Amino acid sequence: MGMTGRIYRAALCAAAIFTLSIISAGPLRAEAPGLPAPTDAAARGLAIAQESDKRDRGWGDAKADMKMVLTNASGETSERALRFMMLENTDGDGNWSLMTFDKPADIEGTALLTYPHVKEADEQWLYLPTVKRVKRISSANKSGPFVGSEFAFEDFSAQQVGKFTYKWLRDEPCGDRTCHVVERAPQYEDSGYTRQIVWIDTTDYLFRKTDFYDRKDSLIKTLTYQDYKLYDNKFWRPGELAMANHETKKSTRLIWQSYAFHTGLTKDDFSTASLERAR
Amino acid sequence: MAKSSRAAFFAVIAALAPACAHAEDLSLRGMIEPELRLFTQSASSARQKDTDISVSGELTGKYMWDNGDQSLIVTPFARLDQRDSRRTHWDLREARYGLVMGKWEVRLGFDKVFWGVTEAVHLVDVINQTDLIEDPVKQEARLGQPMLRLRTTQDFGTFDAFVLPYFRERDFPGANGRPAYDIPVDMDLTRYESSRKERHVDAAFRYAHHLGDIDFGLSYFQGTNRDPILTPALSSGGDLVLSPYYAQMKQASIDAQATKGAWLYKFEGYWRHELGREYEAATGGVEYTFYGALGTEGDIGVVAEYALDSRGLMARDPYENDGFLALRWTANDEASTSFLGGAVVDAETGAMGFRFKGERRLGDDYRLSAEAYFFGNVPRPDPIYSIADDNYLQFRIARFF
Repeated sequence: MGMTGRIYRAALCAAAIFTLSIISAGPLRAEAPGLPAPTDAAARGLAIAQESDKRDRGWGDAKADMKMVLTNASGETSERALRFMMLENTDGDGNWSLMTFDKPADIEGTALLTYPHVKEADEQWLYLPTVKRVKRISSANKSGPFVGSEFAFEDFSAQQVGKFTYKWLRDEPCGDRTCHVVERAPQYEDSGYTRQIVWIDTTDYLFRKTDFYDRKDSLIKTLTYQDYKLYDNKFWRPGELAMANHETKKSTRLIWQSYAFHTGLTKDDFSTASLERAR
Repeated sequence: MAKSSRAAFFAVIAALAPACAHAEDLSLRGMIEPELRLFTQSASSARQKDTDISVSGELTGKYMWDNGDQSLIVTPFARLDQRDSRRTHWDLREARYGLVMGKWEVRLGFDKVFWGVTEAVHLVDVINQTDLIEDPVKQEARLGQPMLRLRTTQDFGTFDAFVLPYFRERDFPGANGRPAYDIPVDMDLTRYESSRKERHVDAAFRYAHHLGDIDFGLSYFQGTNRDPILTPALSSGGDLVLSPYYAQMKQASIDAQATKGAWLYKFEGYWRHELGREYEAATGGVEYTFYGALGTEGDIGVVAEYALDSRGLMARDPYENDGFLALRWTANDEASTSFLGGAVVDAETGAMGFRFKGERRLGDDYRLSAEAYFFGNVPRPDPIYSIADDNYLQFRIARFF
């Protein structure tokens, strides 16, 4: 290795150490200033949700791979693999997404494009690769299982702040952190839930756990968010989401891999025409 | 398959070969699917049998580069059939190059294009020839079509322009084939209105857009009608056969869908000029889905559609005044289990057709499907009379790899 090579390697090491030190330090942010008082539970709950949303702004666009592991009551598993493209939507109406199936093989290439909305119905198109057909589909199917998993369609699509009303319940320890415990009730049509209870940590305002209550108001599912990683020194993403169904004893794990931000995706990559492209 | 398409196939394979060096961008997928058909009635011809074993296979090679903006896709398909030498056939479903440049897109080669919104009849979908042998009743399989396609996607919609330099003939079952017309189609007697025959260059345009809960498309096609006129003739051996005649046509069409909650409202219609005559056809209907039906995780979908053709019983399309009703149940389970039951009734002749289909995945790599087609009360003037004694059950197991 020549002189240039050695300089290059030294520079790389310096960069690595610098990056590592930033990651380990993390963005130290205290509880959001000016959070409404506990006496106004609704305003405090909403402010916590807004703060969590605000801290994740600016990611622009992202690509990621997802592995979905379905486990039935007797412990047998089956897998699905999907690729995601996401585009940040700053107007509060929700982020655009395009997901493509790689597995199971019989639906390989099937893709779903979603423009979520807060007030009107979400817009969704499905691409069926064997017949090369783009189909506008009804988004009224909020509570149905997504590809046989324990995740409902709404668990993916309905995450905007404006889709719920909020009530702060309490603050309590969660793991090695402290969490705001907030109840949120869906305000959109066709939800399968009466309410959800979410644990949002007070340090980074990340979702740690969600309890889902069905239409009979009994606890049906619990979602835990694990292995948070920091990307671009700014955006936290969970490495794994685990949904347990307390009624059927089935569970689904979503394993997120190879997250990439600011990949240069634009609205052109999320058109109904783009569904027909090779991916 | 014609010589030119074979040449195109090898050209694409040759182009694909150096790409194999970058294995990370190359994917190869395929499936093989054995099939058993059981016919429940006695055949109209002694050459037709009551059982048929067959196997089909499809392979897709995909190579992407330039950050995914350029792609090559090749999808050959082939079937081997125990009885019918015509059903033993192969096709290039796709063999095309694609280039994306921001709002612009170019595709060149064998490709498949779907236009339309309805479920029972696909009236406005005219770019690709029907692979009749693959799907003789529902007629949803298509042959690859050589084309140059230019597309631009703007804020006010998507525009497509197509140049279609070569025509693919419809494939028909042979004398041993079943289901089949009582009089076999002799593809050696194919005739064309155009003196350029299959080399007539066709053109098509489409504008599609969505506004709120309305999706719509306006299309125009000018060239060889994919749907042949079949006329009685004598084969070289002196037998009575049907001779396909491909006329030139101009077609303007509209397709639209309104999506209102769990309701879908659909319409397709065309106006055609062909052989100095004008005619119209339309189809439309509603689809409603009961999500989480009967307290389960499954959905029940109901589709009701109607099709009308101004040519009446003279139409080559069998659905000239017909109503359709279908029920679809999807379990939303791990195996993607689904059942479909459909009926078609001809309001003019009273003829009825029924279709049942069930399918599910087995493990991660297999798919099992069973289908049944039955006809009833079909009078002689009805266009499906000839295949009405070909009720059948079909079983398939697909293995994906």
